Amino acid sequence: MKILLPFLGVIGIVLVAFVGVGLLNLQYLFGVIIPYTAFAVFLAGVVLRILKWGRSAVPFCIPTTVGQQKSFPWIKRNRFDNPSNNFEVIVRMALEVLLFRSLFSNTSTALKEDERRLVHQSSKWLWLGGLAFHWSFFIVLLRHFRLFMDPVPASLYLVESMDGFVQLGVPVLYWTGLILLISVTYLFIRRVVITNVRYISLPNDHFPLLLVLFIALTGLIMRYVLKVNVISVKAFTVGLFSLKPNLTQDLGLIFYIHLLLVSVLLAYFPFSKLMHSAGVFLSPTRNMPNNSRRIRHINPWNYPVKVHTYEEYENDFRDKMKTVGLPLEKE
Amino acid sequence: MPDKSKIFFLLVIFLVIVTSPFIYNMVRTPAGVVVKLNTPVIDNMTVKQCILPKEQMIHDHMKILNSWRDDVVRGNHREFGKIDGVMYEKSLQLTCLHCHSNKSEFCDRCHTYASVSVYCWDCHVAQKENKL
Repeated sequence: MKILLPFLGVIGIVLVAFVGVGLLNLQYLFGVIIPYTAFAVFLAGVVLRILKWGRSAVPFCIPTTVGQQKSFPWIKRNRFDNPSNNFEVIVRMALEVLLFRSLFSNTSTALKEDERRLVHQSSKWLWLGGLAFHWSFFIVLLRHFRLFMDPVPASLYLVESMDGFVQLGVPVLYWTGLILLISVTYLFIRRVVITNVRYISLPNDHFPLLLVLFIALTGLIMRYVLKVNVISVKAFTVGLFSLKPNLTQDLGLIFYIHLLLVSVLLAYFPFSKLMHSAGVFLSPTRNMPNNSRRIRHINPWNYPVKVHTYEEYENDFRDKMKTVGLPLEKE
Repeated sequence: MPDKSKIFFLLVIFLVIVTSPFIYNMVRTPAGVVVKLNTPVIDNMTVKQCILPKEQMIHDHMKILNSWRDDVVRGNHREFGKIDGVMYEKSLQLTCLHCHSNKSEFCDRCHTYASVSVYCWDCHVAQKENKL
């Protein structure tokens, strides 16, 4: 049920586009109203959520550290696993965001040698799959800008020529599209096949994977199988991105299915785990230097507390303490 | 820089990136695409027709050219067929570019518009165009 529900959801989206455009001819709804609404929901949702997160207090200095912190000069320290200043935090964060460094140290635990010995072994498949997925998705998204912008910026040609160096039929094969489909399929199968991962997976873990899987699939079908009229598609998308939507173009049904899937992804984004893209930057466990022994980290929640120091206590009760013979700091 | 202004700074960068296609199209004003068909050969045709109907040519020209290449290079099948008694050859330069002699105003217009990289010209040499 946890897998069936998101699967039916994605199939439902495809069917809605199929019926809405193919049978009911609601081109304006599916081509203009829904994409614009989804984009507005995406923008507002992400901004509001980040502002909400930005308002929350960070009461403690809690960076996660997996290396020796800065100490005496003769003790070798681990700069990027235990950053002591902002520069090291930025390097650590960049390695995390761009290369998923913490996933690289992922381990799996298994019983080996007739189940007598517990072995922790390096497990890099999730890291590799995740990296392939995120980077190929990023480049696929970047390549889409050729359909959003008119004239096409020169820098995009470089991305395309590097991505499309394999001439396999027409049009040229873009590696990233294929890698995206393979890696998202791997990430989905991984969730289903590994029993303990399946057990902790929820519908909202499966749904984005399936959604992206179908987006990649419809995109590849459009490009390599059905070969939609790219000139019409571009005229339409440029229309959307210059706030002058025109629907006179002959866009295939498959394009509307792709568009609706993307719209759902955009609208779903701010309310889902996909917000990890902003959350990774706002994690106190990653964006703080481990300097709690050098710099006092004051809890912003602190309110002025009325304190009564020992010195004042002794001043108040000196005579009485003296009479019963208690030791005093000041006579 | 205090944490709040850092977050605000990154948020502004995010918004600029996400809305960049809108900003770009506002600054650069999209020109769209117009294909020119008035070459001397086409102008002299009594019945203006391509080897297949226009819609099919728009949709399938890349598939046709790709299969022509395989037919000619690998199979030595050069004849496309007769239209009105005239034999048409499976040839980019002798058939397509015979009429559409204006590559820069015909082929290139759409391909540049949608940033489609064609690899016809990896092997073929585009013939010199006479400026109209």
